[in-house]
Amino acid sequence: MNGNIVISPGAWLAPAVDWLNLNFRPLFAFISYIIESTLGGINSVLLSMPPYALVALSVVFALVLANRRIAVLVALAMGFCYVAGLWEATVQTVTLVTISVVVSVAIAFPLGVVASRVRFVESALRPVLDIMQTVPPWVYLIPAVIIFSLGSVPAIIATVIYGVPPMLRLTTLAFKQVPKDLLELGQAIGATRRAILVKIELPAAMPTLLVGLNQCILLSLAMVVLAGLVGAGGLGAEVTRGLTRMEMGVGLRAGLAIVTVAIVLDRLSRGAIQRHRTSKAG
Amino acid sequence: MTTVNSSEVLIDCQSVWKVFGDNAPAAIKAISERGLTKKEVLQEYNCVVGVSDANLQVRRGEIFCIMGLSGSGKSTLIRLLNRLIMPSLGKVLVKGRDIGSLKAADLRQMRARHIGMVFQSVALLPHRTVLENAAFGLEVQGIPLAERNRTAEMALAKVGLSDWLKRYPGELSGGMQQRVGLARAIASDPEIILMDEPFSALDPLIRRQLQDEFRQLTKDLGKSAVFITHDLDEAIRIGDRIAIMKDGLIIQVGTAEEIILKPADPYVAQFVAGISRLHLVKAHSVMTSVAEFQQACPGVDIRALLRTNPEADIDELITLTMMSDRDAVAVVDDDTIVGIVTPRGLLRSVSDGHTAELAHA
Repeated sequence: MNGNIVISPGAWLAPAVDWLNLNFRPLFAFISYIIESTLGGINSVLLSMPPYALVALSVVFALVLANRRIAVLVALAMGFCYVAGLWEATVQTVTLVTISVVVSVAIAFPLGVVASRVRFVESALRPVLDIMQTVPPWVYLIPAVIIFSLGSVPAIIATVIYGVPPMLRLTTLAFKQVPKDLLELGQAIGATRRAILVKIELPAAMPTLLVGLNQCILLSLAMVVLAGLVGAGGLGAEVTRGLTRMEMGVGLRAGLAIVTVAIVLDRLSRGAIQRHRTSKAG
Repeated sequence: MTTVNSSEVLIDCQSVWKVFGDNAPAAIKAISERGLTKKEVLQEYNCVVGVSDANLQVRRGEIFCIMGLSGSGKSTLIRLLNRLIMPSLGKVLVKGRDIGSLKAADLRQMRARHIGMVFQSVALLPHRTVLENAAFGLEVQGIPLAERNRTAEMALAKVGLSDWLKRYPGELSGGMQQRVGLARAIASDPEIILMDEPFSALDPLIRRQLQDEFRQLTKDLGKSAVFITHDLDEAIRIGDRIAIMKDGLIIQVGTAEEIILKPADPYVAQFVAGISRLHLVKAHSVMTSVAEFQQACPGVDIRALLRTNPEADIDELITLTMMSDRDAVAVVDDDTIVGIVTPRGLLRSVSDGHTAELAHA
C-alpha cells in the first residue's frame, strides 16, 4: 500500500560519502597516516617494555592518581591479562582507548565550553549529539570503513563519534553549574576572562568534568571492542575471532579481559574524582 | 577617624537608570524623552525598572548604607557602581571617571585597584585555602607569590584569622568565611569597598560583632564603603549616611538621625517606628533655644546648669538630667550656651509620634 513512500537517506548519503572519498582522498590519507603512526608508535613502545615493567609503571601511576587499593587492583588485572595470554591484545586495546579519549576530549571540551556560554550553539549541538548517541555504532562504522578502509583508523573515528557526546554534554553541564557568584567575584576583582576560566571556572567544574571523562573512557572501551569487527585489533579482534569460529573459550577469555580493563579504567578515573573531592574538603 | 578629606566625592551616581527586558532600548528612549515612571514603563513596554533615576554621592571616608527590602533594586544599584551591571541611562563617576566609558582593561584596573567587593554568598573558592582565597585578588593582578601572601596575611590578621591560613573555607563558620571575604577585599587596598548584604546570612550575635568590627576597620583604614542591607538597624549601626530604597527609587538620603526625626514619607516612617532613639537622636535636635527656655522658666540661672555638648545622645542627656538637681541641661558649643534640654523635650524625642496621634484620637 505505502510501498511507494520510502524515505531513504542512504540514497543521498552514500553518494556523499563516495564524493568525499573521491575528492578528499589525500586529507583522509593524511589523517589515517597520523593516527596509524601515533598508534603504532605508542604500541611498539609499550610492547617493547617487559610486561612486569609496564605493570610496575601502571601501579605507580595508579598510586599517584588514585590510592593504594586501586593500585593493587591494577596489578591484579594486568596480571590476569598477561596470564590469559592476551597481553598484546590488551595493550593494543588500551592504546586505542587512550587515543580515542584524547581526541574525544580535544573535540568535546572546547565545544562544551562554547555551548555552555552560547545558547544557540547548545541548541544546535543537541540534536547532533542525540544522533551520535542513539544511531547504532555499526551504522557509522560503514562510512568510516569506506573512507578509511579496514583497520584501527575507522575504529578510532567511530569511537570518537561515540565518545564525544557524553564528554561534551557533561562539559556544558559542568560549566553551567559554576556558581554565578564566583563568576561575579572574578569580574569584581578585575580578573581577565582567561583568568576567570582557568582559576575559577575550571576548578569549580572539575568534578563534573571528571565524571564526563569517566563516561567517555568507558563508552570508548565498549566501542573499541565492537570495532574488532572492522579489524581494529586488540581484545575486540579476539572476541570477533571467538564469535566467527564459535570458539567459546577464546570469546570468554577475551570477554573477561575486557571486563578487567573496564574495571581498571573506571576505578582509576573514579579514584581521580574522589581524590579531587577529598582534597577540596582538606 | 583618620585625617581624610571628607568632602571629596568618590562615587557619584547621576540620574542612573537600569531597565531590564526585551524592549529595554525603547523603554529607555521613552524615559529620557517623555519622563515615564516605573509603572508606565512596565505597562507600555513590559520592562522592569531595577533602578530608577538614582542620584547619590559617596564621599571619602564615609560608610554609605543603602537600605531596602528585597526587590527594591539595592543589589542592582550596587552592581552599577562597579559596572557588574551596565547602567541603561545616566552616569556613574568613580573618582571622577565615568566608568561606563572605560575600556575593558581600564575597567579591570579600576575594579582591581580601587573598588573591592564583598558578597552575601561570600563567594570563596572551595579548593583554595583561606590564605589563597584572601590573596586571590592580588593573584589575578599578577603580584608575585611571596608579596601577595604577605599582604593577604596582613589582611587576614586585621580580621582576626591569622591562625586559619592553611584551612579550607569548608572548615570555617559562616562568620569566619565572611571575614575571609572582607580580608580578600581589603588585601588589594581599594579606596572603596562595596558590601552586598554581607552579614544577612549570619546569626544575630555574630552579625552584630561583625558590624562593629567592620565599621571600626573601615574607619581605621580610612576606607569608604557602600553597604547594602535590608535591615534598618544594621544600616543605623554601620552607616554614616543612609539611603532608603523602594521599588527602584531612592526615597530618602540622610544620617540616621535625620531619617528618624524627619522620615520623608509614610513608608520610611513605618520603618523607623520601631527603632530606639536613645543613641541616635542628639542634643542639638532636642534642645530648645535659650530665649524660649528663659521665657518658660524665668527664675533659672542657665549658667548654673550641668553642661553637655551638642552631640550628646538622649541616653547621656537622661543620665545628666537624673544627676542634676535642676530640670534642665545646658548644651554648650564653643563655650557658649546654644540651647537647653528639658525633660519635656527629652520625652518628646523618645516618643515616635504614634502616641501623639493616639492622644488626639
